[in-house]
Amino acid sequence: MSNSDLTAPQYNFTVVKQFTVMTVVWGIVGMLVGVIIAAQLAWPALNFDLPWLTYSRLRPLHTNIVIFAFGGSALFATSLYVVQRTCQTTLFAPKLAKFVFWGWQLVIIAAAITLPLGFTTTKEYAELEWPIDILIEIVWISYAIVFFGTIMTRQTSHIYVANWFYGAFILCITILHTVNSMEVPVSLWKSYSVYSGATDAMIQWWYGHNAVGFFLTAGFLGMMYYFIPKRAERPVYSYRLSIVHFWSLISLYMWAGPHHLHYTALPDWTQSLGMAFSLILLAPSWGGMINGIMTLSGAWEKLRDDPVIRFMVVALSFYGMSTFEGPMMAIKTVNALSHYTDWTVGHVHSGALGWVAMISIGATYCLIPWLWNTKEMYSLKLVNIHFWLATIGTVLYIASMWVAGITQGLMWRAINDDGTLTYTFVEALKATYPYYVIRWVGGLLFLSGMFFMAFNTWKTIRGASQTSTDAAAQPA
Amino acid sequence: MDINFLRGIGTVLFMISFFWITWWAYSKKQQSSFDDAANLPFADEPHINTPNKKGNGDTES
Repeated sequence: MSNSDLTAPQYNFTVVKQFTVMTVVWGIVGMLVGVIIAAQLAWPALNFDLPWLTYSRLRPLHTNIVIFAFGGSALFATSLYVVQRTCQTTLFAPKLAKFVFWGWQLVIIAAAITLPLGFTTTKEYAELEWPIDILIEIVWISYAIVFFGTIMTRQTSHIYVANWFYGAFILCITILHTVNSMEVPVSLWKSYSVYSGATDAMIQWWYGHNAVGFFLTAGFLGMMYYFIPKRAERPVYSYRLSIVHFWSLISLYMWAGPHHLHYTALPDWTQSLGMAFSLILLAPSWGGMINGIMTLSGAWEKLRDDPVIRFMVVALSFYGMSTFEGPMMAIKTVNALSHYTDWTVGHVHSGALGWVAMISIGATYCLIPWLWNTKEMYSLKLVNIHFWLATIGTVLYIASMWVAGITQGLMWRAINDDGTLTYTFVEALKATYPYYVIRWVGGLLFLSGMFFMAFNTWKTIRGASQTSTDAAAQPA
Repeated sequence: MDINFLRGIGTVLFMISFFWITWWAYSKKQQSSFDDAANLPFADEPHINTPNKKGNGDTES
């Protein structure tokens, strides 16, 4: 490396620190809302007959906060950290970066107010109404300018693979959000999509699936490509594989959206196309997973000794599991059983809790000591407890939803000899009840782990500021 | 020439570009530049001991 003798450049970590703290805060808020709505499904009286607390309004609040506030903050924090360090340069347009932080918090607060009030476009994962959509657009383009500006002013010749994944995520979300948010406002808080019918549905799921592919996958793969090698103190298993991984993943993901619309008014050929691309998607997904896990090859003991590495590697295992399950569920005959059941909910959480949350938590546990200049988190024991709470919580969640989903699918399709349905809908719902309680327990375990994280983070940052005050108070 | 012919060509072009990227990524010529790139996460830490130069999967036999 030509510039290995260079002194470390000045980095700008203010925004990174802010987003890191907010990752923990929004993680707790979003998961708490999740636990509340899981409890409502088991005990419906918990909405207290208040419209603002009904499942229908809190569910989009849960998804928006965990995806865009928790996951988003983790992505902002890590991407703006990684891009500086691997480009060996400071943040481009620091004032704009500041705006990105406060603008994004404003988006989240606007979501937290408007969604319980019932303002919604009804598009899943894009429920926010048009004024907030415009704010998102402005903040997102500012983020793109900061990120790509930093890459353009880099001091290194290469652009590290993590930045390719982060870059694809930023670029794609700009396109997806712009196209899917094309709507005609009729009042301040009501708008209608410019698309109609099956086209509207297809645009929505092109957006929806690529939000999964680029927000919840590509961005977090960028995280994986930096934080696993860094924490394991060895370069990624194969840089060549990472290049093939990148190009195949981003070119395939775009076409998989129609699997959300199997057996609907969407043309049959489009459904089959979506299914075919979803199946092929298994290859790059597993290529990436293997690349991440094999980075530890020759240092497997770290998996036993370091709970932070364990967080990230188990996240990859869940990623592998859900990217196998996903293509399988995209097969039309399997989908005929799984669609509209809780199996889908279980699949999403195997990705969301197992992959997205656990890789974010692992990366945050790396990042906090690096940012506040402490050797390690306040307590690795607490990290270990968090790890087990998160893992057991995820397993309880997805296992209960598998059983619930398959039960529902089988009961809904059961037909008597005379062609009538064997079970009423309520009978299937009644059969689901115990699994809703187990799912709630799983979610509660996962959430309780986040409180350990908050305490650990608070102690680490407080300890760091005390040490620096002590050092400042001691003149030589 | 109907639209399906163009679609077929599109598929073939994408296939060729996939094979080209794979061939390019795995060609020996790129080896040293990829080793540099793979070490970028460690390149701004002059004091830390530099890890082994190659990723395990990229080691030439």
